[in-house]
Amino acid sequence: MRITRVMGAALLALGLAAGPAAADSSPSPSASADGDAPTRAGTSFRTATEIDQGQQATASGSTGDYLYWSFPADTGQRPTVRATVKLPDAHGFETWQLDVYDGLRRRQSCQYGAQTRTAAQGAGSVELACVLRTVRGWAEPWANDPLPGTYYVRLTVVDLGAADLGKPVGAEVRVDSKGIGGAAAVDGSLGKPLVPGIAVTSEEDKDGAKGAVLSSFGSDDGWSSGWWSDRWVWTGIGAVLAALAGIGGYVLTRGSGRPSRVPPNV
Amino acid sequence: MIRRQRLAAGVCALLAALTAGIAFPAGAVADETDQAAPKVELVLDVSGSMRTRDIDGGTRMAAAKQAFNEVLDATPEEVQLGIRTLGANYRGDDRKEGCKDTEQLYPVGPLNRTDAKTAVATLAPTGWTPIGPALLKAADDLNGGDGTRRIVLISDGEDTCQPLDPCEVAREIAAKGIGLTIDTLGLVPDAKTRDQLSCIADATGGTYTDVRHKEELSDRVGELVDRAAEPVVTPVATEGADRCEKAPTLKSGLYTDRAGFGQQRWYKVDVEPGQELRASVSVADDRAVQPNYGVLLRAVTAHGREIVRGEAAGTGRTDVVSTGLRYPRPESDDDAAPAETVCLQVTSSFSAASGVKTTPGLPLELTVDVVDGPSGHHDVAAFGLGRGWWLLGTLVLIGFLAGLLWGWLSRWRVAVWRTN
Repeated sequence: MRITRVMGAALLALGLAAGPAAADSSPSPSASADGDAPTRAGTSFRTATEIDQGQQATASGSTGDYLYWSFPADTGQRPTVRATVKLPDAHGFETWQLDVYDGLRRRQSCQYGAQTRTAAQGAGSVELACVLRTVRGWAEPWANDPLPGTYYVRLTVVDLGAADLGKPVGAEVRVDSKGIGGAAAVDGSLGKPLVPGIAVTSEEDKDGAKGAVLSSFGSDDGWSSGWWSDRWVWTGIGAVLAALAGIGGYVLTRGSGRPSRVPPNV
Repeated sequence: MIRRQRLAAGVCALLAALTAGIAFPAGAVADETDQAAPKVELVLDVSGSMRTRDIDGGTRMAAAKQAFNEVLDATPEEVQLGIRTLGANYRGDDRKEGCKDTEQLYPVGPLNRTDAKTAVATLAPTGWTPIGPALLKAADDLNGGDGTRRIVLISDGEDTCQPLDPCEVAREIAAKGIGLTIDTLGLVPDAKTRDQLSCIADATGGTYTDVRHKEELSDRVGELVDRAAEPVVTPVATEGADRCEKAPTLKSGLYTDRAGFGQQRWYKVDVEPGQELRASVSVADDRAVQPNYGVLLRAVTAHGREIVRGEAAGTGRTDVVSTGLRYPRPESDDDAAPAETVCLQVTSSFSAASGVKTTPGLPLELTVDVVDGPSGHHDVAAFGLGRGWWLLGTLVLIGFLAGLLWGWLSRWRVAVWRTN
């Protein structure tokens, strides 16, 4: 009977291991409500407007502008950038494109999503999307894997009729991310997240003086330290199960602890 | 049973919280800065064509005046605003005279709204459209200070003072000053005006807007003035060399330079053992270029060995092409190990479209960060840990076999002991 109870507990533990894995697949909670979502976009890497994940940022601009936003992404997240461009009433064919760059201004590939789309003549809006790769805690310097830090979004028209240049457009951008969890956990972590200007920012923090910064996603506000992943749970439960199975195997072969051919009264 | 369920639910919630509890980095808002005040100059075309009645039934001039009044009311306190006109005074036909006709209507400085509005009210559409000379003067007006500088040019026609190409003028201005942007607005523009104004905007990294309605004009100008008020990091001008030995040594920061077509730029950075060098570069195309382009950033040792490179290529319409690299220098056992000089080489493969001047060089922006290096790396998996059902199955199987063996061994041992 004890064995069945032990096995029952083991199965329960197994279920728990699957629990967190399932919880991981839900979208991460948004950092803040839409209360003070930015209503403007920058026009270069330097002036990119900072947005949080889950915020619906809007901006008005002119056809032909290069609109920039930046957002933070942490280890284990797989960000999805969605953009909607509201086009003017009358226009010709226009091709819009969404590009994502990392904190080193390296272009990041999209796994899926319509990154470039052509709006037909007179179409009211274009919707673009880009699903990035999972952000890793560490990568070799020669790889351009996404690393935790600042990411830049650039939205622009890449092909247009000359007459459409400068016409007013509206843009909406939203970044959400899916937690991938331990499946993407790697060994090692960066000394500092890939936030541009972070060396200058941390020096200034020491001085107490604060100026304009390239990217204000700081070094200490809530970046994951990279040591936690659900691999601990999996491995821990595996170890417990192995121990239990070992006890089970031992009990099976050892029998009652006394060889049957030895009489009990010896 | 109930107790066990509750316990299970509790443990489950705890584990879920631990696993999914990767906190988001909260974006802190940039603080107010004590940098020099941002300066903006509005440059308004007051040429004869501004009399045309085609903006919401009123004249272009009326629309511009209304927009200016609204913008002056909404200008942020810290912005130093000035107004310059072009073609406001000279009525004659002499081109030479007409092309000198640009006047500072309201000087760049702390804003007195009443004075500025009174000055705007006196304007009447008059003369020529000397855009080039007006831009040159406007750049002079904005001289001095460390803040951002922005010119907002509102015009309804192309420059009538050839051969001075305002587009080249804009490029020269941008090459001379740092952080100066020209945004242009075309009032009901024709194709030529549009081309010229968008060329001026592109030359300085500014924006071009096509205005057909009053509201659009005041909204846009207001937005541009507000944008000038936002704190932005001002890059430091530097001049890269054509080879590493002569290159300037850079520390962490943001730098700007000009690189001619087909020209290499070299910079040096000192990296201590255990530190990581991060560099990114963007090269902007501030004029018409061929549609295929690229940029290469290489980190090279003093002896010429390439450590790591970043490269990017692209095709089609773009503002910049950018790339970056990371070089973590390993820890050294020797405490007195000297800093290593890493040479950074930047090359871009933009080629100018036919008939486009190749001087000044293309604007180049370089960020350098030297930070603490990454922690050691030993395994593809975090701490060498595993996950998944295969791992559990393997562990259970091995554990079971080990138990069997151990049980069998102990039984055998007891049997041997008994027999003896």
